[in-house]
Amino acid sequence: MKNKITDFLKRSQILVSAASLILALLICGLVIAVCGYSPMEAYGAMLKGAFGSKYYFSQTLGTMIPLVFSGLAMLMAVKVGIFNIGIEGQMLVGSFAAALAGRYITGLPKIIHLPLALLAGAMMGGLWALIAAWLKNALGINEVILTIMLNYVAQYVVSYLVSFPFHAEGNVVRTEDIQPTASMTTMVAHTRLYTGIYLAVAATVLIWLMLRYTKFGYELRAVGSNSSAAETAGINAKRYILAAMFLSGALAGIGGAGEVLGYWGYYIPTMTQGYGFDGIAIATMGRSEPLGTFISAFLFGALRNGATGMNRSTSIPGELIEVLEGLVILFVSTPGIFRAARKIIRARNERRTGNGLSA
Amino acid sequence: MNAVEMLGITKRFNGMPANDNVDFYVEKGEIHSLLGENGAGKTTLMNILFGMYRADSGIIKINGEEVSISSPRVAIENGISMVHQHFMLVDSLTVTENIVLGQEPKKGPFFDLEDAFRQIGELADRYHFKVDPRAKISELSVGVRQRVEILKALYHKADILILDEPTAVLTPQEVDDLFTVLRGLKEDGKTVIIITHKLKETMAVADSVTILRKGKKVTRLPIEEVDEQKLADLMVGRFVDLNIKKKDLRADRPVRISLEDIVLEKNGKNVLDHVSLEIRSGEILGIAGVEGNGQTELIEVITGIERRYSGRITEDGRDITGTDAAGMLKVIGHIPEDRGMRGYISNFSNWENLILGYHTLPQYMTRQGILKTKQIRKDAQEAIEVYDVRTEGIDQPTGSLSGGNQQKLIVGRALKHHNGVLVAAQPTRGVDIGAIEYIHSQLMAVRDSGGAVILISADLDEIVKLSDRIAVIYEGRIAACRPASGFTESELGAYMLGKGDSADEE
Repeated sequence: MKNKITDFLKRSQILVSAASLILALLICGLVIAVCGYSPMEAYGAMLKGAFGSKYYFSQTLGTMIPLVFSGLAMLMAVKVGIFNIGIEGQMLVGSFAAALAGRYITGLPKIIHLPLALLAGAMMGGLWALIAAWLKNALGINEVILTIMLNYVAQYVVSYLVSFPFHAEGNVVRTEDIQPTASMTTMVAHTRLYTGIYLAVAATVLIWLMLRYTKFGYELRAVGSNSSAAETAGINAKRYILAAMFLSGALAGIGGAGEVLGYWGYYIPTMTQGYGFDGIAIATMGRSEPLGTFISAFLFGALRNGATGMNRSTSIPGELIEVLEGLVILFVSTPGIFRAARKIIRARNERRTGNGLSA
Repeated sequence: MNAVEMLGITKRFNGMPANDNVDFYVEKGEIHSLLGENGAGKTTLMNILFGMYRADSGIIKINGEEVSISSPRVAIENGISMVHQHFMLVDSLTVTENIVLGQEPKKGPFFDLEDAFRQIGELADRYHFKVDPRAKISELSVGVRQRVEILKALYHKADILILDEPTAVLTPQEVDDLFTVLRGLKEDGKTVIIITHKLKETMAVADSVTILRKGKKVTRLPIEEVDEQKLADLMVGRFVDLNIKKKDLRADRPVRISLEDIVLEKNGKNVLDHVSLEIRSGEILGIAGVEGNGQTELIEVITGIERRYSGRITEDGRDITGTDAAGMLKVIGHIPEDRGMRGYISNFSNWENLILGYHTLPQYMTRQGILKTKQIRKDAQEAIEVYDVRTEGIDQPTGSLSGGNQQKLIVGRALKHHNGVLVAAQPTRGVDIGAIEYIHSQLMAVRDSGGAVILISADLDEIVKLSDRIAVIYEGRIAACRPASGFTESELGAYMLGKGDSADEE
């Protein structure tokens, strides 16, 4: 049993992620101290802001919902060997599609309308990602460039649509409110926490099961790890690239749709801004495993709300939290640092024993 | 007088000793073979001599003087040169330019190319190397490229020449030419060390041999005191059966797979040029040829990875032309030629790799597409025992196994699932003698039980040893196809170099 636990720790590299987090906290504490503030006060305020009460904790959980989806979206792409930088745009088109479906489809009961609106977000996000995957397969264009560029296309097309054809009455640039039949329930009043959290949990579990126990997941991982070997085994790599990218975009789309249907109630520009890029960091910190991604999304949610709390109750600028986030990402995405450190220590030990022998 | 003396050399990687207190010496003017299996520490020891690694402990003496070789540059200054397995030549430059690179003759501030041509021409003549100093590297065959590497070493005034697995990529004729070159160097007073795991070559060219096993020196012997069997036993540390017991061919050997007039075009060239082959049950068909003459494409066509060919493929008379890789795998088992690229997925566990390509079989997967992990793991456990894969367990990532065990896993997977036809490409490349013995006997067992095996190998000895029939492939064409007994080794070599017909006339 003990072996199993250490094995698990080793394999999922939780230790590395945890160590990176602690290291980042320490260094950021130093930065805070150098800036003339008290790190203890800062972290205290952060903890309170993230977990201090039912309200704060609900805010943290609410913040993590779209982050889980963008993290899982990244994970899906990484598993098939693609770097999907387009999650940002896929979330955006997904949220906009959900806002339209939520507003303009009428006369349906909630049990049909809500899933339909979510589906609209998923389809739109998935199709947006599929454009990049298809161009990559057909013309061999690098997916990083494709997805980055498609982010801009998404941003400006949606920006036009919301500014003119779908502009709600009033001065604010946003769409009309969605129908009540399309909205998700807020779980704790006046917080971001809506029933989308159940969807996030379900998506995490389903993806874990899918990757581990199904032919689809097995073949997808095979393609992502070594496409030549997968081809030799009779697996059609291109088809999996299409399928995984569609799923990736669909997850991003659901994440965006959830924000419209569960929190805002309409589409407003910049509502999902940055979540897509956060997804890259979250999946990386989660070691591209579903459970790890879920946990790191939670951590990011806590950091965000901690920052808000720190802003509110201390004079420490919230920007310092971004330093912390940056450091976490830096340490987590460079496990090489730890490996190198371990190697140096080992080499040093060996040299000592080596010298002992020759002397 | 010893040209090289290495005393008490120890080198550890991650705590594992690659060289463990090794004593090694080479007399001046001899050809010495450093023999051992993969991972025995041969290349590590020579990399220490050449300054690529530093030993943890031990001393090195060159011509009797203790030296500290901290880098290849220092090694070259001490007259040591190394020809690596992978040549380090610039394809787009001429022979001469490659050789003088870094030590160019100058006329004022300018590179004196004419003088360089002259110098290299003289150098080549002196050692009777047939090399055109003005030829571009990209136009040269592998054997000639190797000579360029040796010339480079000589140009750098090397007295001690280390060659790492020099014959791995050569045809028999080229091997003979190389040996002539090496003997010439010896006459000129040079000292030559060849790193090898091939017994035949050691016997053919070396004056003495040092055998390493698991990082330790086993012994050093003059060549007169050994034979191939003794070398093999010393290398492996137990009795190794070098001879394959071939049972007689069965009387009825129906054609299982037939290729008819296969043409495959790539970049405007027929890389497979009207290839017709029959693979019969109960026999091993060897495909001999210098690498890059269409073997890879032939494998890809037979296994359905490449489908843009013209011609016809049949299985037991049934047309299976154009079947995809998944479909072909149901008929034809496949041991891929490049195991790292096509054979396994390095971050997959052993049990995941053991079903790769066969994961859709009903015993491993439900009709709904759910993997039967319990059954798969049970079968995997059995398979690693049956096929003698040395591993920590079925959950260990295959990428962290040794090359030989990775290969046994891949071979095991093919043997376990094939349907009587097997494409075995380079089945023993980079594998220890012990594993080679095992893999050969397994392929023989497939043949003896009525299976049809296509053996593609760059190792001509392997082809000759195992095959019942041999087809020689040259520039995408089958230059000759006969029963194995119908070829002499020099005939095979001639066909491999595209000179088959002229050899017949002579």
